[in-house]
Amino acid sequence: MNIAVCIKQVPDAKNVRIDPDTHTLVRQGVESIVNPFDLFAVEAALKIKDEFGAHITVLTMGPPQADEALREVLSRGVDDALLLSDRAFAGSDTWATSTTLSTAIRKLGKVDLILCGKQAIDGDTAQVGPEMATLLDIPYATFVKRIEIADENHLKVTRQTDEGMEIWKLPMPALITVIKEVGEPRLPSLRHKMRAKKAQIPVWGVNDLGLDPGAVGLAGSYTQVVRVFSPSRRGDRVLIHGTIEEQVDQLYRYLKEAKVPGI
Amino acid sequence: MKAIVDRHRCTLCGVCADACPFGAITVNDTSIDISDECTLCGMCVDTCEFGALSLPEVGTGLVADLVAYKGIWVYAEWREGSVHRVSHELLSAGRILADKLHVPLAAVLLGYNLAEESSRELIFHGADTVYVVDHSKLAHFRDDIYAKVLVELICQKKPEVLLAGATSIGRSFIPQVAASLQTGLTADCTELDVSDEGLLLQTRPAFGGNVMATIICPNKRPQMATVRPKVMKPVRLPDHVGEIVPVSVSQACLESRIEVLEIIPEKDQTAKLTEADAIVSGGRGLQKAENFSLIEELAQLIKGAVGSSRGAVEEGWIAPSHQVGQTGRTVSPSLYVAAGISGAIQHLVGMQSSRIIVAVNKDPLAPIFDVASYGVVADLFDFIPAFVRKIKQERGESS
Repeated sequence: MNIAVCIKQVPDAKNVRIDPDTHTLVRQGVESIVNPFDLFAVEAALKIKDEFGAHITVLTMGPPQADEALREVLSRGVDDALLLSDRAFAGSDTWATSTTLSTAIRKLGKVDLILCGKQAIDGDTAQVGPEMATLLDIPYATFVKRIEIADENHLKVTRQTDEGMEIWKLPMPALITVIKEVGEPRLPSLRHKMRAKKAQIPVWGVNDLGLDPGAVGLAGSYTQVVRVFSPSRRGDRVLIHGTIEEQVDQLYRYLKEAKVPGI
Repeated sequence: MKAIVDRHRCTLCGVCADACPFGAITVNDTSIDISDECTLCGMCVDTCEFGALSLPEVGTGLVADLVAYKGIWVYAEWREGSVHRVSHELLSAGRILADKLHVPLAAVLLGYNLAEESSRELIFHGADTVYVVDHSKLAHFRDDIYAKVLVELICQKKPEVLLAGATSIGRSFIPQVAASLQTGLTADCTELDVSDEGLLLQTRPAFGGNVMATIICPNKRPQMATVRPKVMKPVRLPDHVGEIVPVSVSQACLESRIEVLEIIPEKDQTAKLTEADAIVSGGRGLQKAENFSLIEELAQLIKGAVGSSRGAVEEGWIAPSHQVGQTGRTVSPSLYVAAGISGAIQHLVGMQSSRIIVAVNKDPLAPIFDVASYGVVADLFDFIPAFVRKIKQERGESS
């Protein structure tokens, strides 16, 4: 079984904050990490490999330093890594990203299962997985908490929805986006760390993929950011002081005035 | 490609260099340089008060026949029995957009054994037309069938805008619709408007809610967006008239590769976070699992759901399905009460669009107070029971 896992390198949200005075993003100390949901996807792939045997390729589209993210994943036991990097890819929206990733997966050859995190924590769109599946014309299931191999050709997955859970059966090849409940990511092992350090990671650009530079990156994107601004601060921030009784009375009065349901 | 500098306007003040999350801008006494680290995120553009920075425009590609597309559509989300509230919210928002553009507003309802009442409610929320596809194959949501049916309708009727709720259903199959139609899609919008040129202005939080971004789709149709539930206000127009139009679709789009084996509704009503209008959440400040009973009591009293921080889930005090935040659920209820939650960014991004946020924490410097509408600096073990007593007392119930 061949599994491809798509990952993204993102800024560590723990450290991303806005300077309250200048309203600009504070960059200092912001490290890049592997998108947390993608580590769940890696873990889901490794679990299948443990049980049934599989060859796992991890791939990402990003700047040259995204190489670090791939090595981080290799150190957890993934077999191969592939970096899609080219100036032409800059400014990609989800459509252009899906175009690039799906073209690379086609070029990889036979892939039975594609795993992605449910969304990246910087963009939060949750769109690239389903869009890739559409471009590859394969079925997909989103927000999956459990993956089972039903038979040689089928997967059985448990999806988390707003209203509960659903169990679906779908034929492979398929694309699955996963949530936290698929399992805590295992830690890197010493052996795999050594291997990750030495690994030669191929880099494919727009020519390697046989794509028109006009079909990728900003040029190939359909959506465009026209304005970026700081969210307006909540105008109604009130600190309530006093004894517990005074605090209780005040909060009750405020919530009543604001017509909060249930109060 | 990278951000573009108008060197005649640039004063070399350096504000943009501080704003760039990727360290791509270097400014010294005589020059400004943007390196290949630039990801075209646009953060710098708005910080420049001299208008010296801009982003290159998206490629025009094959421009669709834009004028052939007319009208606003809302995907009406049917959940095996009723239409989800978000569809009424979106029709109300869509009504405003349609009136600004002087175009009709339609709802598309897909499902099985649909009650006429559901369609009429869509009209009362502003729809001029309700297209209804009623078929046994649509009894359970499946991405492929739902997407193919919607794509077929869009290709026939050509709306210029399609809006859907950013629910577990909308966020799942709308990307397939967008990719099939080869058009742009903006996820999880919190504001919608139209530009002077008649383009849909789609505003959404980015970087975990630290910044807002306004996005357009200039050259493709329809312009598509999913919109966060509970952000738009539903307005009922009891005098509004509209037409219900049953539509049949081709056999090909009713074929699925997915088999639904089982549907397991969440039994624990307090875990239905995205549906709840009020949520009471507890964090590490609760100290142990048993103390969640304080949170549950208040939640029950105000008919709310029970949420938690990641910390409380990691301690094993509560099931992960209750977790609010980056790796849990994103919620925006009318009331969000955070008790004993310090307010790590991962938690804040999941709840900061709630209408009213109440924070109860002993530590006056806890970051949760930065987003709280009402901050109570108190020991939650004193405050929460006292607040519960107060509500009961006001209702005339004995405590």
